[in-house]
Amino acid sequence: MTLTVNDVKRIADLAYIEIDKDEAEATLTQLSGIFNLIETMQAVDTSSVEPMSHAQSVVQRLREDEVTETDQRELCQSIAPQVEAGLYLVPQVIE
Amino acid sequence: MFNASLKQLSDQLAEKKISSTELTTEFLKRIKQLNSEYNAFITVNEEMSLDQARSADQMIAAGQASALTGIPIAQKDIFCAKGWLTTCGSKMLSNFVSPYDAGVIERFNQVGAINIGKTNMDEFAMGSSNETSYYGLVKNPWDLSAVPGGSSGGAASAVAARLAPGATGTDTGGSIRQPAALCGISGIKPTYGLVSRYGMIAFASSLDQGGPMARSAEDLALMLNVMVGFDPRDSTSLQRKVEDYARDLQKPLSGLRIGLPKEYFAEGMSKDVECAIEKALDEYRKLGAETVEISLPNASLSIPVYYVLAPAEASSNLSRFDGVRYGHRAKSYSDLGDMYRKSRAEGFGPEVKRRILIGTYVLSHGYYDAYYIKAQKLRRLIAQDFTQAYQQCDIIMGPTTPTVAFNLGEKSGDPIQMYLSDIYTSAANLTGLPAMSIPVGFGNKNRPIGLHIIGNYFMEAQMLNVAHQYQQVTDWHLKSPV
Repeated sequence: MTLTVNDVKRIADLAYIEIDKDEAEATLTQLSGIFNLIETMQAVDTSSVEPMSHAQSVVQRLREDEVTETDQRELCQSIAPQVEAGLYLVPQVIE
Repeated sequence: MFNASLKQLSDQLAEKKISSTELTTEFLKRIKQLNSEYNAFITVNEEMSLDQARSADQMIAAGQASALTGIPIAQKDIFCAKGWLTTCGSKMLSNFVSPYDAGVIERFNQVGAINIGKTNMDEFAMGSSNETSYYGLVKNPWDLSAVPGGSSGGAASAVAARLAPGATGTDTGGSIRQPAALCGISGIKPTYGLVSRYGMIAFASSLDQGGPMARSAEDLALMLNVMVGFDPRDSTSLQRKVEDYARDLQKPLSGLRIGLPKEYFAEGMSKDVECAIEKALDEYRKLGAETVEISLPNASLSIPVYYVLAPAEASSNLSRFDGVRYGHRAKSYSDLGDMYRKSRAEGFGPEVKRRILIGTYVLSHGYYDAYYIKAQKLRRLIAQDFTQAYQQCDIIMGPTTPTVAFNLGEKSGDPIQMYLSDIYTSAANLTGLPAMSIPVGFGNKNRPIGLHIIGNYFMEAQMLNVAHQYQQVTDWHLKSPV
């Protein structure tokens, strides 16, 4: 598999990380090396193996539908970059 | 006082020979005096620590003390602690004063342990040398030109330098065991699911596990007794009967079958490490254990599998850092997308970005089956190797790391070489097995060497017994760099 600078830019875009041309080129070299290491996985036949997503075979626990959290809006918003009237502010999205 | 073990300090507190306030004051003084040399702590808050010490002294006076009451513990800066700056080693969280306590922090608070400060770490726990921290690199107390290991490098450095009798760490691919080995201390990553992940800033959720770091197995057992426990707020927390992890420390080891994976004793391990491991194994034979050769045929796959699964989970977990509700937000931006892109580009360091990009790629359309599903299938094969191996032995041993601590800067420009530092440790995360490292000697440039002990699921008490018996007949764990 060969990655290109455009691939790196596309991935960075999907990941919402701004990246300039020089950074993309430097990243390409490193990612290519890492993917060469990762490619060694392909040598093993796994056609009859079930994927393992988790170390323990646990099932999702259920709980009673009752309120467990208290209102801590002020405390939580005290560390927010920008709030007004109890709301988180972001740049306008809808015209 | 600084060379006393956590157990000894606990006894002195119980016998009222010292107070927690005195003990805490002394450790704070020592940190103030020496932290500039090691950079092991990101945040120290004397007032908050001393408040806790005064409460601990009241608990002791009221006869409500347990083993860790009044004991200063250094907390890795990945654990959210209410009112404490909690940075996870990142610029992204450089202004994050946590509004709540992690499950682990709550458990320490309940028994009256003292948070003596928040330790330095690789950014978002991604690194094996503690060189990716936004708050500067950490030094190895045994040799200031060497890395302390990572990602729990500040914790390992603090315990080795006697800045704290015990510390917490987290381990996603070796982040407790590798720094413990490189700094000559003991550390254990418990079975996945035993220690709550609530409030422990997530890196790779199916692999992350918190655990204690201290100077001896006995001290680890005392800390584990506090750290382990069901937490309904962690969806993968296990509901099990409460155990005393110190219960088997004194058991003799006769008849213990130690499995030695031939793949771990092959190329890659340096001579000095091999020599120290062989000597440790001889000691175990003298203690009555027998060694058997075993095989983990898929051992070499654990690094490639890890570097698909861990970045995949990280890319998803770290998508929460968007500059909206907390954390870094860029100063100027044109629209919402630009705000996300700039905030994340500024807030994350190069290694974190690299892993987010790898993860985003392997999860992206068209590559999911070839990488992510493939890695999950291999994860099962790796787990099956261990199940087979445990039919021939009770416990598995090998080196924790292929070499002693490398020099600062030696591998920071080469991610792949850095990733290979975790060659022996990451399998325990992929399988969820408990694993620990204990000091067993010194190698090249007089730098410490760790013995890796991998137990079967939920066999922590046995592992600590195995480690403790070795520490009763050797004194590597008592050696001090300061």
